[in-house]
Amino acid sequence: MKPRDLSDLAFRNLREAILRNTLTTLGVAVGVASLVAMLSLGVGLQELASKRLSQSGLFDTIFVTPKNNFRGMGRPQREVQSDKPPRTLDEDARQAIEKLPNVIEVYPQVRFFTEVRFNNKPFATVVAGMPESSRNSGSFDGMQGNFFSSPTANEAILQIEFAKDLSDKPASLIGQDLVLRYAERQALPANDDSSSPSGEPSGGFSVVPKELRLKIVGIVETEPAAGYGGYGNARLLMPLSTASTLRAAQVNDLRDIVRDNSANKTTYPSLSVRAKSPSHVETLEASIKSMGFAAFSLLDASKSLRTFFSVFDLLLGIFGSLALAVATLGIVNTLVMAILERRREIGVLKALGAADSDVQQLFFVEAGVMGLFGGFLGVLFGWLLGRAITFGTNVYLKRQNLNPIELSSVPWWLVIAAIAFAILVSLAAGLYPASRAAKLNPVDALRYE
Amino acid sequence: MPNAETAIQLDHVSRQYTMGGATIQAVNDVSLAVARNEFLALLGSSGSGKSTLLNLIAGLDRPTSGSITAQGLNLAELTSIELARYRCNTIGMIFQSFNLLPRMTLEENIELPLRLAEVDREERPGRVREALERVRLTHRLGHRPTELSGGEQQRVAIARALVNRPKILLADEPTGNLDSATGEAILSLLHEVQRQMGMTIVMVTHERPLAERYADRLTIMGDGKLLSASESAREAAR
Ligand SMILES: Nc1ncnc2c1ncn2[C@@H]1O[C@H](COP(=O)(O)OP(=O)(O)OP(=O)(O)O)[C@@H](O)[C@H]1O
Ligand SMILES: [Mg+2]
Repeated sequence: MKPRDLSDLAFRNLREAILRNTLTTLGVAVGVASLVAMLSLGVGLQELASKRLSQSGLFDTIFVTPKNNFRGMGRPQREVQSDKPPRTLDEDARQAIEKLPNVIEVYPQVRFFTEVRFNNKPFATVVAGMPESSRNSGSFDGMQGNFFSSPTANEAILQIEFAKDLSDKPASLIGQDLVLRYAERQALPANDDSSSPSGEPSGGFSVVPKELRLKIVGIVETEPAAGYGGYGNARLLMPLSTASTLRAAQVNDLRDIVRDNSANKTTYPSLSVRAKSPSHVETLEASIKSMGFAAFSLLDASKSLRTFFSVFDLLLGIFGSLALAVATLGIVNTLVMAILERRREIGVLKALGAADSDVQQLFFVEAGVMGLFGGFLGVLFGWLLGRAITFGTNVYLKRQNLNPIELSSVPWWLVIAAIAFAILVSLAAGLYPASRAAKLNPVDALRYE
Repeated sequence: MPNAETAIQLDHVSRQYTMGGATIQAVNDVSLAVARNEFLALLGSSGSGKSTLLNLIAGLDRPTSGSITAQGLNLAELTSIELARYRCNTIGMIFQSFNLLPRMTLEENIELPLRLAEVDREERPGRVREALERVRLTHRLGHRPTELSGGEQQRVAIARALVNRPKILLADEPTGNLDSATGEAILSLLHEVQRQMGMTIVMVTHERPLAERYADRLTIMGDGKLLSASESAREAAR
């Protein structure tokens, strides 16, 4: 029989036992829906987690320090021994690293503990300089207000908790000014024949109190600064360039005293390297190490996270498939019933010239059609289910004064895979009934009235 | 010996069934030749093997031994797919209980063999109409079988059997469920169709008078065997 006739007959057979076949199809749909809902939750959670993580900058950032760093001083030293000669982490090095492929930006860390005055009240906090590249990194998505108007603006973005400390109505802070009180390093008056015409003095420094007026331009909920400079919660963010010019005293400054720093160029205690994506981190880290620096990233953590999510998805998939397995039995049952019912019809078909393969294909197509419709409906149901769960979660989050999240995600591959899987499973379910129908002896089928 | 004039040739055909140790000889060493365009009536008591013989000729069943040749085809040599094609193109079958598919309209029932024979879609409505014209039922195209009388249903079944223009028509008690007047009308129709289209008919029947009137020849079966090899209908009538 031609495919068109085959599908015509299959559709009319399905229509004749409309209630039973609809119920069977709904069974498939429910199975597919549970699979889709489970997987969409898995995918959604994974996307959510990896988005948060990439926003934090933790997984696409490499921390670079000079090799002969102080042991046990902040940075874990993963490679103690190396044949490469240690290099100074100066401006030349910074530019060299920046020229490596897949590097977005290389910047020093500026992070200091200081006092902020607002409404004449003092608040202690950690200030961090944010590089310009953080603007588009997604870290500031969903913030209130705006990002810094320019890389050198005297502006501040507050972390929400800090903003709450400053005012009961955090949103009202935007546009207001606050005063940063910080300690500026000043080179000690060296010998008259100054050996350091420019850059950092090597002889030591004194600390002078200074003030800077900053305009609050935005408030962020998350802590985007985590990856931009390592540890400690920075609650006041300002443009990196502005922060650098302050020459505020940092913990690291001690090193400059101890180190014999005879070069003319600016040296950095550490640099952060932003890679284009976490996938580039590994090779970049290796190249930086081969340049003679110590490098450190959180890549391993992200790897195990990915492993976790594949196992998580697999488990969700298995649970989702259980319902589909039950639905498969439904298809087998429905078609076997149909054979009993349509015994005589099968006999007549064969008497009229239907080959065994025609009968087999007919049942096969019927199973496939139920799978197709079940698949479509199931994806729809599953999507709705995912939406419902997301909606419910967001209602809850809203009550907790938290930002809404996209909990479930139904990507295209999941839609196509689910429908294909439903058809495949249905065809497998049709295998036995179809071959049984094909083997039916027409003489027996026709004998009794 | 089969020759050009022979439509169906059976040589020592047997069909036995084994049921729990017992062997039933449904058809036992039957040799029979049916000429082209002959109308053969097959009579015999119940259980004598008439239907079994008909199914063997139809290729719905295979003999345990012996050979069957129909329209020059040795059925034993055909694969099951070729046998299906043979049923589709060479054989038309009608039954006592009509065997129309109740869920399909008359038109769809008659179209079924055309679908199986993979006849072009455009050609089908004309073929269906032609078949219905032969049985004079053109006005009931869209009806369902259950809406028709028994005689009408059998006419639809005949139309369905004819739609692929078969060379051989096999009828298993076509008048068994009909009153005698309607039965006679059906046989007269078969007779008329046979003359118009030119085909061989083998008909199983219990109604000897009807068979004598319309068939060219009567053959009587008993206990799986042919009792009278060739009894001309006219001789029998005397
Ligand atoms: N599938 C089968 N299994 C076992 N025995 C069978 C089978 N089919 C037919 N028989 C036996 O073969 C014999 C012939 O049956 P068949 O149906 O050919 O008789 P018949 O002449 O058509 O009878 P009737 O006039 O009642 O239709 C019967 O005894 C029947 O019981
Ligand atoms: Mg019979």
